[in-house]
Amino acid sequence: MNFLQILSEIEKVDPEVYERLDSRRSVFKNMSGVGQKLTAAALPLFVGAIFNKAYAQTPGSLAVADVLTFALKLEYLEMYFYQQRTALVGLSAVNTAALSLIATDEANHVKFLRATLTSLGGTVLADPTASAFDFTGGKGSNAGPFADYRTNPATYLALAQSFEDTGVRAYKGAAPIASVMANKTVLTAALNIHSVEARHASHIRAMRRGGAASTNPSQAVAVSPYSAAPKSWVSGTDGGGAVPGTTNAIYGAGVSTGAGTAANVTYLAEDNTLQGGLTLSTTTSASFTGFPTTAFSEAFDEGLDVTTVSTIARLFTVTGNTLF
Amino acid sequence: MSHNLPTGSEPTAADLDRPLYTPIKRRSFFMYAGATAGATALVLAGCSKDDNNSPGMVNVGTGDVGVLNYAYALEQLEADFYTQVRSGSYYMGLGAGSAEKQIFDDLYYHEVIHRDFFKAAITAANATPIKALTTVYPTGTFNSKATVLATAKAFEDLGVAAYNGAAQYITTAQYLFIAGKIVSVEARHAALIRDLVTEGSFVGSDIVDIAGNSLEMSKLPSVVVATANTFLADGSKLDVSGLG
Repeated sequence: MNFLQILSEIEKVDPEVYERLDSRRSVFKNMSGVGQKLTAAALPLFVGAIFNKAYAQTPGSLAVADVLTFALKLEYLEMYFYQQRTALVGLSAVNTAALSLIATDEANHVKFLRATLTSLGGTVLADPTASAFDFTGGKGSNAGPFADYRTNPATYLALAQSFEDTGVRAYKGAAPIASVMANKTVLTAALNIHSVEARHASHIRAMRRGGAASTNPSQAVAVSPYSAAPKSWVSGTDGGGAVPGTTNAIYGAGVSTGAGTAANVTYLAEDNTLQGGLTLSTTTSASFTGFPTTAFSEAFDEGLDVTTVSTIARLFTVTGNTLF
Repeated sequence: MSHNLPTGSEPTAADLDRPLYTPIKRRSFFMYAGATAGATALVLAGCSKDDNNSPGMVNVGTGDVGVLNYAYALEQLEADFYTQVRSGSYYMGLGAGSAEKQIFDDLYYHEVIHRDFFKAAITAANATPIKALTTVYPTGTFNSKATVLATAKAFEDLGVAAYNGAAQYITTAQYLFIAGKIVSVEARHAALIRDLVTEGSFVGSDIVDIAGNSLEMSKLPSVVVATANTFLADGSKLDVSGLG
């Protein structure tokens, strides 16, 4: 394998190849250090590593503290929302206990993220306090479309599902951001929150199927199009979500460029069936014959970018608040 | 052999959210270069696999492909389990419109889709998927609600902990994104199965550190396979020593 000949060939399609490599001269230092140990078989592998560095997408996305701060904002939204559960009317004991468990989790996540950000140094976000939010969706009027959420469990659980599903999409979308991937401790912690949010979402969905007074929500049956009686997982776009017309964006597509996105990742709607370049359908594998078409989107949740999540979250902050 | 190579030499997959075969254009030559290097890396990984194999065990390999094969192995286990559930007497006795029947049908679809997706994705990355694994279960597992739910709970919780614990070994953003897309579905499964066992146990203290930070308690591959291997026959038990 003639390395210089490879460069010459690349130059034919990319005249800037030498410039790219030159600006990353350090890779050649590395090469000279290990060159004698490289066997002929390993050389192409090493060359590949050089090109991967030379052509790597410029990391223009968020720093790890920025991502964690964004997560902290979402956890504050959830924490203050679950603090409002105490006046709900008609919940069974098992449903009351479940909301209490989730409230504890979200408060713990706030504490954990604050401690993690503190350990990373720099300024930690000030507590936005409950006054930053209007969970009625009224932007501070307290008279938005979810005006009865404090007492009506149906409204409350519709919001809860919306927040949990948004949270799942937000953590998933942020995990492949370069700064997060590079910090294994933060990445693992973020995923360990992500799956807890998914467990919450699953349970809230069961509660919505069963109704506020149900003593065995897991035994309730989901009903298509899964807006009022959702499955525990997202099926297609769930008929627009808990409140079609208001919650559609929670299950829609995001934007895949700009800060708050991961390189080479596409933020698609929840009904996506294209995974890793494979379009999944009943004909993709012999084993899939006879599967319902909904199964192919259900089997994969989709991530969302920071910008789109912020737009959703702003529906529940008061006018003039700049948290999101 | 491969562990002597410089870091950063792991295969870089073609962009997973785009078609796998695209014309080579100016400025996108790196995709071609990366694929070539990746193919070479996989040949080398294959060498080391044979050298290090424990006798009679299935070595998932190293690097990103190792993680994909690890996920493929766990999805095989789950898919096989739900396939057998659907021919067992517990499931056969469920009412046509019951929640449990709907749930076990969906879980079967999802896990079979995950399994065959990973096999295709590994193949598309010019790598070799591990073989089809042979499972073993205690006698009567599929005949009672209690044993079906207990085993489903064990597998779903294990799957969540496994993805969370192995994500740190993934070096390609697209692969990590896919793992994230699957693990949250597994967590949704796990929560519902746990609720079927005991209502309200969706974030039990055995899997979520609710007394502390409320994080899922993720598990490293070596811990996961200690459990997974109890459901795999001799010759199908997993060796994950190449991960991490």
